[in-house]
Amino acid sequence: MAENEIRLPDTSKLVVSSSPHYHDSIDVRKVMLLVIVALLPACASGVVIFGLRALFVLAVCAVSCMAFEALFTKMMDRPASTRDCSALLTGILLGMNLSVGTPWWVCVIGALLAIGIGKMIYGGLGYNPFNPALVGRVGLLIAFPGTMTTWLKPIPGDFSYGTAASDALTTATPLGLLGMTKAWDPSEVMRAGDHAISYLDCFWGNVGGCIGETSAFALLIGGIFLIVLRLIRWQVPVCYIGTVTIITGITHIANPETYAPPMFHILVGGLFIGAFFMATDMVTSPMSARGAVIFGVGCGLVTCVIRLWGSYPEGVSFAILFMNALTPLIDRYTAGRPFGVARSIEAKA
Amino acid sequence: MPDHIFFRGGVHPDDGKSLSCDVAIQSAPLLETYVVPLQQHIGAPPKPVVKKKDAVLRGQLLAEPGGFVSAAIHAPTSGTVKDVSECLGLSGTMIPAVTIVADGEDTAAEPLPVIENWQEADPDVLKQRVTEAGVVGMGGAAFPTSVKLSPPPAKSINVLILNGVECEPCLTADHRLMLEDPEKILIGAQIIARILGVSEIHVGIEANKPDAIALMTEKASGTPVTVSELRVRYPQGAEKQLIYAITGRKVPTGGLPMDVGAVVQNVGTAVAVAEAVLEGKSLYERITTVTGSPVVAPGNWRLRVGTPYSEALKLAGGVKMDPAKLISGGPMMGISVYSLDIPVMKNTSGILLLAADEVSQYTSESCIRCGRCVDACPMSMMPGTLSVQIENERFDLAEDWHALDCIECGCCAYACPSHRPLVQHMRRAKGEIMAKRKAAQAKK
Amino acid sequence: MAGVVVLLVMGLVLGFGIGLAVKFFGAVVDPRLEKVEGMLPNANCGACGFAGCADFARALVALEAEPGKCPSCSSEAVEEICELLGVVAEEREPKVAVVRCGGDNTKAKMAGQYNGVADCKDAVLVAGGGKGCVHGCLGLATCARACPFGAIEITADGIAIVHDELCTGCAKCVSVCPRRLIVLAPASAPAHVYCNSPQKGAAKTKVCKASCIGCRKCVKASEDGQMEIKGFLAAVNYDNPPTAAVCDVCPTKCLKPASDEAASPEPEEAREVVNA
Repeated sequence: MAENEIRLPDTSKLVVSSSPHYHDSIDVRKVMLLVIVALLPACASGVVIFGLRALFVLAVCAVSCMAFEALFTKMMDRPASTRDCSALLTGILLGMNLSVGTPWWVCVIGALLAIGIGKMIYGGLGYNPFNPALVGRVGLLIAFPGTMTTWLKPIPGDFSYGTAASDALTTATPLGLLGMTKAWDPSEVMRAGDHAISYLDCFWGNVGGCIGETSAFALLIGGIFLIVLRLIRWQVPVCYIGTVTIITGITHIANPETYAPPMFHILVGGLFIGAFFMATDMVTSPMSARGAVIFGVGCGLVTCVIRLWGSYPEGVSFAILFMNALTPLIDRYTAGRPFGVARSIEAKA
Repeated sequence: MPDHIFFRGGVHPDDGKSLSCDVAIQSAPLLETYVVPLQQHIGAPPKPVVKKKDAVLRGQLLAEPGGFVSAAIHAPTSGTVKDVSECLGLSGTMIPAVTIVADGEDTAAEPLPVIENWQEADPDVLKQRVTEAGVVGMGGAAFPTSVKLSPPPAKSINVLILNGVECEPCLTADHRLMLEDPEKILIGAQIIARILGVSEIHVGIEANKPDAIALMTEKASGTPVTVSELRVRYPQGAEKQLIYAITGRKVPTGGLPMDVGAVVQNVGTAVAVAEAVLEGKSLYERITTVTGSPVVAPGNWRLRVGTPYSEALKLAGGVKMDPAKLISGGPMMGISVYSLDIPVMKNTSGILLLAADEVSQYTSESCIRCGRCVDACPMSMMPGTLSVQIENERFDLAEDWHALDCIECGCCAYACPSHRPLVQHMRRAKGEIMAKRKAAQAKK
Repeated sequence: MAGVVVLLVMGLVLGFGIGLAVKFFGAVVDPRLEKVEGMLPNANCGACGFAGCADFARALVALEAEPGKCPSCSSEAVEEICELLGVVAEEREPKVAVVRCGGDNTKAKMAGQYNGVADCKDAVLVAGGGKGCVHGCLGLATCARACPFGAIEITADGIAIVHDELCTGCAKCVSVCPRRLIVLAPASAPAHVYCNSPQKGAAKTKVCKASCIGCRKCVKASEDGQMEIKGFLAAVNYDNPPTAAVCDVCPTKCLKPASDEAASPEPEEAREVVNA
C-alpha cells in the first residue's frame, strides 16, 4: 500500500472517558418495553374477557401517566423523561389493576397519584421507595372504595360489553365472596355472577376481578418470559407464591371449613400479577438475590395475614407496599461479603 | 471441559478476537525516532543515565531503577539521544522521556552474559538477571517483576500461575505468543518457579483459545507445568479470580496474591524472563495487538518501546473511517486517549480503535436499582449503591461498603441499563478514601 | 360533646404546663445570641473556623471570637455586631477568589471530547478531562457548586470566573479545585495573571492561546518586585501590585485587569454527566 493511501484517525473526533468502553446492548427504555411486551398477553386477556372498555381504561391510564410525568418534569425543570417508557409501564400496570367499569376520571386521578405521589416527589425514576402503580391503586381504593370494589361479570368474547355502566352486570370476586361468607364453601365462593366456576376458569381468567389480574395463564407466560430474559429475579415470584401456598396449605389442613385451599388463593385475586409484575419492580425491590428471597417470603406472609385474618379480602397490594418500605433495610443486610472479606466482618453502617 | 471453580459474577462481552487471532506476529520496520517514556511501570520513576547527544546501542541502559519498586529502561535501537525531556502519557499529563534518533544500523549492545544451565543456576543470580533486564509485568499493570519475585520471608509461596487467559475482548497478543513461542513461555515459567522456589506451576487459558490450549498442553508434557482450561467469562484473567479458579484460594481484602501463597505472571512476562536469561536480552519490545473495526488490517506486531501510536496504526494499514475512541489496552479496562503521539510502552497490550456505534455513551440517568451490576460484579460488591453514595460525596459510606476492593474491571458499568459511569465513580471514591487515609496518617 | 370538652381541657392544662416548664426549667439563652445570628450571613461557609454560623454566633457572644473573623460579613454587619457586643473589630482586608485560568473554549485547545461525570474532580481522572492543558480550568462547576454565595459562574465558553461583587473571600472554592487554580487575593488588587501552568512557554502556546509564555514583558513594564516570575509563569505580587496599565504589554492577555470580567446572569447549573 502506498504511503499516501494510509489514513490516520482524525483526533479531534475522539471521545475520552473512563473505562469500560464497551456496553451491553441494554438501556432503561429497552427494559421497560420488554416488561410491557410481557404484559401484553394479560392485557389481551383482559380485553377478551371484559370487552373493549378494558382497552379504553388501559389507554386512559397510560396516557395520563405519561402526561403527568411530562408535566411534573417540566415543573421540576428537568429534561423530559417520558422517552424511557417507565411512565407508560406504570400506566399500563395501573390500568390492569382497575376494574373495567372504572370511570375515566378515576383513572386520571389514579395516574396523578401514581406518578405524582408514587414517583415524582421522590425525585423521579430510581428514587421512589414504593411501587408507583400500587400507590395509585391503593390511593384510589381508599378514596373511591365503592368504585374500586365494583367488579363486572366476565363475558369472554363479547367485545361490545361493558362500554356503558347500564349494561354492566356486577359481580363479586371469589375472594370478595370468601371475605363475606368467612367460610370455605366452594359452591358459595367459586362463582362469577350467577354461575359456578372451576379452578380452570380461574386459570384462564374467566372470573370477576381487575382487567389484568384474572388470567393466571397470560400472566404466567409473561412472567416466564421476563425470568428467561433475566429482567426479573425468579426468587421473588417463586418465594412469594411458595410462601402463600405453604401458609394457606397449613391453615386449610388445620381447618378446612374456614380456610380455602392453596390452589384457590393462588389462582384467585391479584397474586399472580403481584408476584410476577408488581413485587418484581426493580426500583422498589432488593438488589441482590438473597434480598429477593426475603422480599418474596415477606410479601407472601403479609398477603396471607391480610387475606386470612384481616378485614380486606385482598392483601397483595398492601403486602407489596409494606415490603417496599422494608427494601432499604433488606438491602443493607443482604449486601453480602465481597470477595476476600472474612466472615467475621459485621454488617455495614 | 473446564473443571475449575468459577467465580460469581462477570459478564460476556463480544469477543472481538476474530479480527486478529489468526494473524501471526509481524515485526515492525525500524523508525527514525523513538520516544522512550521513563514512566512505564508502577513504582518510582527510573533515573536517566544518558544525556543529550549521547550515542546509545540497542538494549543499552537508558535509566536505572529509582528505588526498590522500580525498573530499568533500555534503548530500543542504536542511535543518538536527541534529548531527555517529556512526552505525552496515558493520563494526559507529560511524563519524562528520552528521545532517540535512530542511526538505522540497529546495532545491539553487548548482551548480558548468558546464564548457562538455568536449571541449576542460583535463584538470586536469575533474579538479578530479571532486574538487570528491566522486566516488568506485561499484562498491563507493569509491576516490576523482580520485586514481585522477592516476597517478604514471612510469605511462603507455593504456587506459580501463568496468566494466559487474555480475557479482554479484542486483544490477541498473548494468544499468538502461546501459539508461536510456547517453549519460551514454559522455560520462562520454570525459571520464575526456580527463583521463587516453587514446584507447582499452572498456566490458565480461557476455553475460547482451544488451539493454544492444545499446543501448550502438548509442549508442557514432561515439564512441571500444568495447563488449566478455564471457563470463558470476563474477567477470568483478573488476578484474584484466576487464583480462585485454579487453586480455590481467595485473596483477602486489601491483600495480595502472596498472602495466599501464589504469584501470578503474564505469559509475556515469562517470555521476557526467558529471553533475559537465555539470550541476555533486555526488555525493549513487546507484542501488541492493533485492532478494531475501523482498522484496515488488524493484527499483532512486535513493537519496540517508544513507537508512537501513529506508526503502529500505519503498520495496520491505517483506518477506513474515523474512530470514536482510541484506546490503549482492551475495551473493558483500557485507557482512552486523544493523541496519536503517545508511545508504546512495556505494558501496551493493545491499541484499539472503536467505531461510534460500538462505544458506550455515559449518561446522568439515575440508578434504577435493577441489580444487574450486583450480579455482574466479580468481587461480590454492590456497585449501584456505591455509585449513589459517591454521587452524594459520602465517601465514608463508600469506604464501609468496600469501595477499595473494586478491581475496576468494568463489569458493572457494562451491565448498567442507565449507562452510569460506575468505574469513574469508583476511581473517584478510591482516590478520596486514600487521600483521607494519607492525611490521617500524616497527622499522627 | 363530652369528648370535645375533655380534649379542650387537656389541651389547655398541658399547654399551660409546658409554658410553666419553659419558664422555670428552660435553658437560659442570651437574648443577644439570636440577634447576632440574624446579623451573620448564615451561609455556613466555615471560613471563620467554627462549625457554621450558629457556632460562630455562640463564640462571638461568649467573646471567644471577634467579628472581623467572618470574611462573609459586610462591614456594616460587623459594625452592628461590634456595637451590640461592645467589642472592637480588627481591621480586615477584604479578599476575593480568583480562578487563575483564562483558557476557555475559544482560546484553549480541546483534547478529545470528554464523556463522563460532570465534576472536575472526576474529570481529572480521565486523560486530562478533555482539555489540552493539564493545568487548566475544566469548567465543570465543582467550584461553582461549592460557593455558598453563588459568586462563581461557568461562562458559555466553559471556564469559571468569580464575580467580585458577590465573592466574600470565604475560600470554600479554593480547596475543591483539583487543579488548584483558585487563590484568595486582596479585593483591591488591580490585575491578575490568569494562568497557572508551570510548563515551558513553547509547550503552553501549543495548547492555549491565553497562556503565560514567560516573556517577562510585564516585569520590564512594572517596577521592581511588582511582578514575580517563576520559570515560565508570571504572578502578581499582591503585597506590592503593579497598576492595571501594565496589562497592556502582555502579548497573550493572560495578565488582565481585575475588573475585566463580564457581568453575569444566573450562575449556570452544571449538567450531571457531560455527553460527548
